[in-house]
Amino acid sequence: MTVQELAGAAAYRPTPPPAWKPLTDPAPLLPDPEPYRVLGTDAAAGVDPDLLLRLYAELVRGRRYNAQATALTKQGRLAVYPSSTGQEACEVAAALVLEERDWLFPSYRDTLAAVARGLDPVEALTLLRGDRHTGYDPREHRIAPLCTPLATQLPHAVGLAHAARLKGDDVVALAMVGDGGTSEGDFHEALNFAAVWRAPVVFLVQNNGFAISVPLAKQTAAPSLAHKAVGYGMPGRLVDGNDAAAMHQVLAEAVARARSGEGPTLVEALTYRMDAHTNADDATRYRGDDEVEAWRAHDPILLLERELTGRGLLDEEGAGTVREAAERMAADLRDQMNADPPLDPMDLFSHVYEEPTGQLREQEARLRDELEAEHGPHGSETEEAR
Amino acid sequence: MTTTVAATAGERTGRAVQATMAQALGRALRDAMAEDPAVHVLGEDVGTLGGVFRVTDGLAKEFGDDRCTDTPLAEAGILGAAVGMAMYGLRPVVEMQFDAFAYPAFEQLVSHVAKMRNRTMGAMPLPITVRIPYGGGIGGVEHHSDSSEAYYMATAGLHVVTPATVEDAYGLLRASIASDDPVVFLEPKRLYWAKAAWSPEAPAAVEPIGRAVVRRPGSSATLITYGPSLPVCLEAAEAATAEGWDLEVVDLRSLVPFDDETVAASVRRTGRAVVVHESPGFAGPGGEIAARITERCFHHLEAPVLRVAGFDIPYPPPMQERHHLPGVDRVLDAVARLQWEAES
Ligand SMILES: Cc1ncc(C[n+]2csc(CCOP(=O)(O)OP(=O)(O)O)c2C)c(N)n1
Repeated sequence: MTVQELAGAAAYRPTPPPAWKPLTDPAPLLPDPEPYRVLGTDAAAGVDPDLLLRLYAELVRGRRYNAQATALTKQGRLAVYPSSTGQEACEVAAALVLEERDWLFPSYRDTLAAVARGLDPVEALTLLRGDRHTGYDPREHRIAPLCTPLATQLPHAVGLAHAARLKGDDVVALAMVGDGGTSEGDFHEALNFAAVWRAPVVFLVQNNGFAISVPLAKQTAAPSLAHKAVGYGMPGRLVDGNDAAAMHQVLAEAVARARSGEGPTLVEALTYRMDAHTNADDATRYRGDDEVEAWRAHDPILLLERELTGRGLLDEEGAGTVREAAERMAADLRDQMNADPPLDPMDLFSHVYEEPTGQLREQEARLRDELEAEHGPHGSETEEAR
Repeated sequence: MTTTVAATAGERTGRAVQATMAQALGRALRDAMAEDPAVHVLGEDVGTLGGVFRVTDGLAKEFGDDRCTDTPLAEAGILGAAVGMAMYGLRPVVEMQFDAFAYPAFEQLVSHVAKMRNRTMGAMPLPITVRIPYGGGIGGVEHHSDSSEAYYMATAGLHVVTPATVEDAYGLLRASIASDDPVVFLEPKRLYWAKAAWSPEAPAAVEPIGRAVVRRPGSSATLITYGPSLPVCLEAAEAATAEGWDLEVVDLRSLVPFDDETVAASVRRTGRAVVVHESPGFAGPGGEIAARITERCFHHLEAPVLRVAGFDIPYPPPMQERHHLPGVDRVLDAVARLQWEAES
């Protein structure tokens, strides 16, 4: 018997195609060629001063967080840290546009977005410290685990948003990915699923110019990454990723669009990674100081500071208060990260399956014996550590 | 983990009919969906068409497109979306159309489905069932006959189960959907249309997954097998009686977790064992099973544990597959080799 026979292919007659409606006007889907900007333009006057100040405080705190985390790698307290210095406006805006019931799907570079969303700074770093893969309960914070395999979190965001909609919850998922990640198959599959399902998802691409060492020009031949949206049937927006107000506005619009049932949006944020890919990378091998310097003049904190002081919303004293708060956060983080996390090797077996298999039970017993041979009855060593 | 559908034999009043494995699988999906609104089926052609093997036939009609969804054609996307759905409290059942077309989803399976419970310290288990038709013997052209179980078995965090009977098709699928852990549910293609008397109104109690079963008691050697190779082994056992061999046949049903107790108890009793499967032998399931038996039953063994497996070749073209698939003769040859004498 052939597969076709088994599958009863004979009984299957293709039905005539349903009336297929081509998009009569793709123009609304196409991104503007110029990245959207607010700061330094007339549009800035319309932005709520409280929001600007909130963004400012978060940017300063985020910059300090990045610096502190990078310092912790030098002290051996973090195994690795992919800094988002220079990209704080994207990170902070992504966190602030979401309601409590919404979900954030961060990549490995987006610790800051998780922290800006309210996650405990230490819990957010356990992956990078190396004691836990995910040091928090994703459901409690509605933050998916920081995702290391590129773009694989994007279909999760689609599935979750789709499930929420099926349940009648007006929940939105915001998923973050880098420019390099847009070349991965999962990126394309996620966008296509989201558009077909009209899932309430916002895709945020942080185009920081490089995927480790590979510049955007070697990543894509598209006019912009935002253009990719059009082929899937969703709008693409290009935005200045260092302009916190523009980021907030564009993402907030995309979130509102998703929430009202109009489907997904792809947002490309043009930004720049000021630090190396991670502390382990040598960025001088693939880019010159002049390029980095040019971007320094377009720093997200600088842009917002200029706006705030220009409008008399921020003075030296106010800025000082913000910096002090950031300093306190950093000191607190340093203190907490200076303590060795308590670890129980027996935890290795705790969360592989709901019930450990017989095979795992045997291995668990072996490790317990080894630990007891080393330290005496198991438990004493970890009690001390606590 | 355990669901009881219609518990005791006394309640099993339904009239037995001739049912195929495909029908039993479909019935399991239907019952699970009817019982729990969180159960969603998604995949390629699962809706209107009812799946290329018709396992999901009627589900879209009964439960609607939102519960039985024809997805875009993208396996990673399907499984990735299922991850997100499970994160939000649903219990997705994903259909992969064929064994070799599940590979695009391998990354999602290994990096996320298998690991989410562990990554989140138990906070976020993923109750996803991934149904994959597998194996050969149906004259499929290339990429339609792979036995991919070894890949899944080697991935910690997944359960891997495979039914060989109509009754188990129902029971194991219900148990898989009820499991809070992800299950790779391998459906032996060539048994889809195998029929047996089965009572869909009153299916047997659903056991937790992880237990092997002795399909045929015997005393001279144990054949250990699963899925598509079970009928081959049962036939071989019948044929072997002519040679005076009384073979026991163990159907594993679950490859992960592996039922060491049932297997070891059988081999200790018989002193001889042959592992039979159609996936390639090298680094295949048989190697693991033989090693486990040797570790547990060394002093009871009268002969080395033998393996009868598919050759270590990409699955052959349909006109050649009979040379590749372990058949009754190859199993009997192995049994003959169990009359082993040490070469001094
Ligand atoms: C699937 C996959 N392939 C390769 C890698 C290794 N890797 C880690 S980061 C990276 C570059 C990613 O660049 P991009 O998406 O632009 O994000 P960025 O690091 O700039 O934030 C690569 C290749 C990975 N994590 N996942």
